[in-house]
Amino acid sequence: MHSRRPAVFVALQRWGAQRTLAIRHELDRSRTRALVLALVVLAVLWGPGSLAAKVFDPQTFTLDNGLQVVVVTNRRAPIVTHMVWYKVGAADEAPGESGNAHFLEHLMFKGTRTLGPGEFSKIIARNGGRENAFTSHDYTAYYQMVARDRLDIVMKYEADRMANLVLTDEVVLPERDVVLEERRSRVSNDPGAKLAEMVNATLYLNHPYRLPVIGWEHEIKALNTETALAFYRRWYAPNNAILIVAGDVTAEEVRPLAEKYYGVIPAHPVPARVRPQEPPQFAPRRVTLESARVRQPSVSILYLAPSYHSDRVGTDESGGNRAYALQVLDEIMGGGTTSRLYRRLVVEQGIAAAAGSAYDAHSFDLTTFRFYVSPRPGGDLDAAEAALRAEIVRLLKDGVSDEEVVAARRRLVAQAVYARDSLSTAPNVFGRALTTGSTVADVEAWPERIQAVSAAEVNAAARAVLRDVQSVTGVLRPKPTS
Amino acid sequence: MTRCFAFLAALVLLAMAGPARAVEVQRVVSPGGIEAWLVEDHTNPILSLDLAFRGGAALDPAGKEGLANMVSGLIDEGAGPLDSQAFQGRLQELSIRLSFNASLDTFGGTLQTLSETRDEAFRLLRLALTEPRFDAEPVTRIRSQILAGLAQEAEDPRSIARRTLSKVLFPDHPYGRPVSGTQLSVPRITVEDLRTFVKERFARDTLVIGVVGDITAQELARLLDETFLALPATAASAAVPSAAVAGDGAVVVVEKDVPQSVVAFGHEGIRRDDPDYYAAYVVNYILGGGGFASRLYKEVREKRGLAYSVYSYLNPLDHAALVVGGVATQNGRVAQSLEIIRREWGRMGETGPSAQELDDAKTYLTGSFPLRFSSSGRIAGMLVGMQLENLGIDYLDRRNAFIEAVTLDQARRVARRLYDPDRLAVVVVGHPTGVTPTAPAPDLDS
Repeated sequence: MHSRRPAVFVALQRWGAQRTLAIRHELDRSRTRALVLALVVLAVLWGPGSLAAKVFDPQTFTLDNGLQVVVVTNRRAPIVTHMVWYKVGAADEAPGESGNAHFLEHLMFKGTRTLGPGEFSKIIARNGGRENAFTSHDYTAYYQMVARDRLDIVMKYEADRMANLVLTDEVVLPERDVVLEERRSRVSNDPGAKLAEMVNATLYLNHPYRLPVIGWEHEIKALNTETALAFYRRWYAPNNAILIVAGDVTAEEVRPLAEKYYGVIPAHPVPARVRPQEPPQFAPRRVTLESARVRQPSVSILYLAPSYHSDRVGTDESGGNRAYALQVLDEIMGGGTTSRLYRRLVVEQGIAAAAGSAYDAHSFDLTTFRFYVSPRPGGDLDAAEAALRAEIVRLLKDGVSDEEVVAARRRLVAQAVYARDSLSTAPNVFGRALTTGSTVADVEAWPERIQAVSAAEVNAAARAVLRDVQSVTGVLRPKPTS
Repeated sequence: MTRCFAFLAALVLLAMAGPARAVEVQRVVSPGGIEAWLVEDHTNPILSLDLAFRGGAALDPAGKEGLANMVSGLIDEGAGPLDSQAFQGRLQELSIRLSFNASLDTFGGTLQTLSETRDEAFRLLRLALTEPRFDAEPVTRIRSQILAGLAQEAEDPRSIARRTLSKVLFPDHPYGRPVSGTQLSVPRITVEDLRTFVKERFARDTLVIGVVGDITAQELARLLDETFLALPATAASAAVPSAAVAGDGAVVVVEKDVPQSVVAFGHEGIRRDDPDYYAAYVVNYILGGGGFASRLYKEVREKRGLAYSVYSYLNPLDHAALVVGGVATQNGRVAQSLEIIRREWGRMGETGPSAQELDDAKTYLTGSFPLRFSSSGRIAGMLVGMQLENLGIDYLDRRNAFIEAVTLDQARRVARRLYDPDRLAVVVVGHPTGVTPTAPAPDLDS
C-alpha cells in the first residue's frame, strides 16, 4: 500500500515468514488504513531480533512442576494477553513427519475430556476475547487477549488442553485438509515461497531447519490422529512450557491462578532438544527458480549464522556473543532507507527497487544472515546481484566505521521505548527468547549489550559469517518466453 | 420494577463501555483554529499522531490512477531544505517514524516520536505536507518501486482477485480503479501532477487529526498551529459521484496456472451512516466475521476442510457500500465451496441469525471492544476514524450501546436486506473445475 514498501519489498523482507504459521488467517479490516500500516511497520521493525530491554521489567517465577511464569504489567487498557509457549517446534519432529508440530497446533482447538471441539473458542468469544496460535521451527504458542476480569477463564481452559486433549479421526481428518489448503495458499501458489523452501533445504545440509514448518505435502497427507497425539504426549508438559501474562495485572494476581490451574498438571520427562547439527560446509550453492508467474525477479544470499543460543552453548559468558554484533551489522547494511544497501543500490546507483538484509538472532540452533536485492523494472538481475556482492566484498575488505556503529546502536536502542507501547510486544519478545535458549536476564540486558558492540566485533563477526562456502544464493527469475 | 431493571442494564452497559483509563478523549482547538482529538497518556515518553485529509485515490484524474498513492510515497522523500537522504536520515537518526498512505476516500499520515524529539518530528511533518520537493531522483526511484510492486501483483492471485472484483462491482466508477494505479497510468504521472495534488488536496478544512501519548492539550495546541496553519484554508472543490454497485450475479474466471483458486465475492452493502449499520455489522460477524465461530468458517473450513481462510466483511465507502468476502481452495473444490457459501449467504438472508447467535455475537463484539486499545498508534487511528465518520467525540463510550441495541427482529430484517446470493458477483482466479463464467474478465490495465 505504501510505496516505499511495495509488494516486492515486503515479500523479500518476509522471506522467512513461512517459518511461523498461525492457525487462523488474521484479517485487519480496520477502517483506518493508516493504522494498519503503522502496525505493519512496527512488526517489521520488531521482526529481526530488535528486542527491548530494561523496559519491560517483568516478574518471573517457576511452579513446582517446572512451568516458568513471566508477568509483564502494562496498564494501558484493562486487558491482558495470556500466552502459553511450548519449547517444541517443527525442528523436533520425527523423520518423515514434517508438519506434525503445526498440525498438532491446529488440533489443539478440537476439544478435551471435558470440552467439545471448538468449545474453548466459543467460550473465549462469548467473553469478548480474541485468540490465535502459531508454530515455528523452535516453538509453538497459543494466546488469548481478554478483559482483565476474564483471565481466570482462559487460564482454566488453556491449562485444560495442556493435559487433556482428546482427538478423533472425525475432527482430525478435515483439519488435515485445511492444512493442505494452507500449504497451497502459502507455498504452492507463490513461486517466491517455493524457492524459499528449496533454498532452506539447501542451506541446511543436516539440521531439520531444512524442513518447512508446514511440512512437505506428501508427509502432511500421512499425518494422523496417532502422530499428533504421540507428539503431544512427548512434548506438551508444564516443565516444557512458558506461561506469559502481560497487561493490566500483577504477578501477585497471576500466581494463585497459575498454581490453581497449571500447578496441578504433573510434570513428565521431556527429551532434550538435541537436533542433528550442521557439518562444516565446503561449497557455495546456487538455486534458481524460473517461472512464468514471476514478474519481479530477485536474488537472496543466505549465510549460516550464529544465533544467541548457538553462540552461547558451552559458555556462560554473554560477552563476545556474535548475535549482538550481527544485529548491528544488519542495521548498518539493511536497516531502512539510509542503510548502506538501500543508499548505494537503490538511491545512488539506481539499479535496484529494493535491497537490504535480514537477521534473526532468536533461533535455538544456527540461524541465517540474508541479503537481498530486486532490480528496478526492466533492469538487469545479474547486474543487481553483482552490485550487491560488491557491497559485501567492500564490507569484508574495509569493514564498518565507528561512526556507523554508533549510529546503528543508537537507532536499535531507541526502539526499546517504542517497545513498551504495544501490549503485544513484551509477551512475544519473552516467548521467543525463552523458547530459543535465552533468559529473561538476556532480554533485559539487550540494550547494554547492543551498546557494548564495537566496530571491531562487527567486522570480526562479518568475516566469520559471510563466507561463500556456507552460503546459498536463491534466484527468482521470470521464465523466458520462447 | 421494569425501570429498575433498565437502570441496572444501563449500569452494566456503562461498565462494559469503559476501557476507561486510556480513552478520555479531549477536543483540542489551537489558537489558529486547528482541531485535534487527544488522548493524553504519559506512561511512556512517546506520542502517536494519525491524520487524514478527506479525498483520496477516487479523485485521481482518469489516466493518472495511482497519483494519491505516489504522493504518499514521495512527500517524505525530501522537503524544505532537506533532500531525500537528508530527510530520511533525520528520521532515522532521531528514531522518528513518519509515513503516508492513500485509500480510495482519504489521504492519511502517521507519526510516532519520542518526547525528546517531538518538536523536530512535527517540523518534519510540516515540511512533508507543505514543502515537498519532488526531486528527480526520488520521483524516479519511488515510481520504479511502485511499478515493481505492480509487476509482482500482476501474477499474484489474491491481488488479481481483489482488483478484478473491484472492477466488476464498479465498472465505470473511480472505486473500480486500483489505489496504486496500473502499469500504464503510473508512468504518466508527472511532477506537475504531484505538486497539483499537494496544492489542491492538503487543506485545513478536509483535515482530521488524532493524537495519543505524552503531551498536554496546551503543548499540542502550539504544535498544531506550527504544523498545520501553513496549509491552505480550503481544499479545491472535488466531488466523487455516488456509485451504483454493478456486477449482480456475474461469475468471472481469470485463468491462472495455480493449484489453488483464489475467490473474491461481493455485492452492495450498507453504509456507515445507515441506521441499520450496527445490525448489519453484528449479522455479518455471525455469517463470516473473525474468530472460529462464523457460519462460513464452520461450514467451509471446520466441517469439510475446504479452505484455510474464508470470511466476509462490510466495506462501507463514502459513496457506496459493499459486503464482500473471500475463500481459497484447490481448483477441484471451488464449485463445492461456492455452493456452500451461496447457500449460507441465502440462509442468512432468509432467516437471519438465531437468538443464541445474536446474543453470542453481541457479547463478543462488546466484550472485545477494549482489545482495540492495545497501542497508542491504534487509538490515534480510531480517533481519526471517528472524525471521518462523524461518530462524535463520545463515540467510544456509546459504541457498545449501539451493538447492544440490535434486536432479533432488526437483525433478521437487516439480514434480509443485506444478503442475496443471486446478486453475488464472484471472481475466481485459478484453474477451477465446474465453474461456468457468465462474464468476461475485465482488462485490469485499462
